[in-house]
Amino acid sequence: MDALAALLIRDMRLAVRIGGGALVGVLFFLIVVTIVPLGVGPDLMLLAHIGPAILWIGALLASLLALDRLLAADHDDGSLDLILTGRAPLELAVAVKALAHWVTTSLPLVIVAPALGLFLNLEPAAIGAVALTLLVGTPALTFIGLIGAALAVALRRGGLLLPVLVLPLTIPVLIFGVSASNAAIVGPVPFGAPFALLAALTLMSVVIGPFAAAAALRHGLE
Amino acid sequence: MGLIDLANPSRFLAFSRRLLQVLVPVTAAAFVAGLYLAFFVAPDDYQQGATVRIMFIHVPAAWLGMMCWVVMSIAALGTLVWRHPLADVALKTAAPIGAAFTFICLFAGSMWGRPMWGTYWVWDARLTSVLIMFLMYLGLIALWRAVDDPSRAGRAAAILTLVGAINLPIIKFSVDWWNTLHQPASVIRSGGPAIHPTILLPLLAMALAFTLLFVTLHVAAMRNEILRRRVRTLRLIQAEAA
Repeated sequence: MDALAALLIRDMRLAVRIGGGALVGVLFFLIVVTIVPLGVGPDLMLLAHIGPAILWIGALLASLLALDRLLAADHDDGSLDLILTGRAPLELAVAVKALAHWVTTSLPLVIVAPALGLFLNLEPAAIGAVALTLLVGTPALTFIGLIGAALAVALRRGGLLLPVLVLPLTIPVLIFGVSASNAAIVGPVPFGAPFALLAALTLMSVVIGPFAAAAALRHGLE
Repeated sequence: MGLIDLANPSRFLAFSRRLLQVLVPVTAAAFVAGLYLAFFVAPDDYQQGATVRIMFIHVPAAWLGMMCWVVMSIAALGTLVWRHPLADVALKTAAPIGAAFTFICLFAGSMWGRPMWGTYWVWDARLTSVLIMFLMYLGLIALWRAVDDPSRAGRAAAILTLVGAINLPIIKFSVDWWNTLHQPASVIRSGGPAIHPTILLPLLAMALAFTLLFVTLHVAAMRNEILRRRVRTLRLIQAEAA
């Protein structure tokens, strides 16, 4: 347990320390939310209509692009080998790393999302719904991304491969996140149904992700 | 010679060569029979007319696209759990074939949708989940091509295959769980097939032909992959000696 706590604190410290890697995700989120209205046009009714989707897609892309930092840096300097041969179970170790990654990368996105909702002319109910669904759904994005990060950890020229592998698996999270957000605004469909499914996806990924990632690391780094 | 002997690549090459000599004509015959049944024996649908015959291509292709992922999942277990020597060869070669069947399913379905539904595409649960499966096939192929060493790539691909297998029940039950434009299950459902035998039998004949085609292509592709790895090894040895 000490080892896991130390790993968690180490990862969070590093994320905050290395040139603001954690906050660059927020900056990317802001840029995406800025670009879409520039492309779609300034029609505020339209932006309010597609606002939850824009916020969700921006958060998804920001999470995807930050996945590089999850395991690759540790692989490069040898810490990953130490974690692999350490006493803490590998599944728990990678789960703790994913948790640290979520706290430093995705939680800032959730915190910033309400402010960005103002750019998109979202009403308060919508902003609240989007923030809540992001809070519940971004762990799923991180833990599913953990699987892709573990698969691609040893690839030098990963490039776009990691997003390509992870995106199809995160599509259900996106669908239910936006569905829940829209249900809170427009709502013939009650908010509870897609929200419960979103929570279920998060819980499932928190379990499956570390196991798949640990298996990938063990097999990939033999 | 037991089945276990096939784990030896050389024995597999010899066995598969003889197997293909049988499989290729049988597959061709099955297609001739199936296509004849589908295009000349099966009646026109009372609502859809002759367009219903696209179903004889679309549905077997969909079944094979999903069956291929099941085959890949078994091969993935073979790689990770049983360490079968040819499991990752089977895994690698099945992916492009499955992707092709899924593409045929999507394309034929799109062609069918235009006259029937008035649109080439709709984002309902069935079409979206099959499209996601197609994207996962392509991602899997990309993963294979990203790693130099085939056996290391095989283990990573095996894990991704097993993770992606969760999409299969989603596809199958998507028409039950959601309100979709795509019609509900007509063949594999509780209560038995809901299709009249005059159309069901040609459909099953085409499904058999498609399955034989998959087996033939898969065995042939496995032969090619084994030979390709031998060439790679020889080239590596040659490069080291130089």
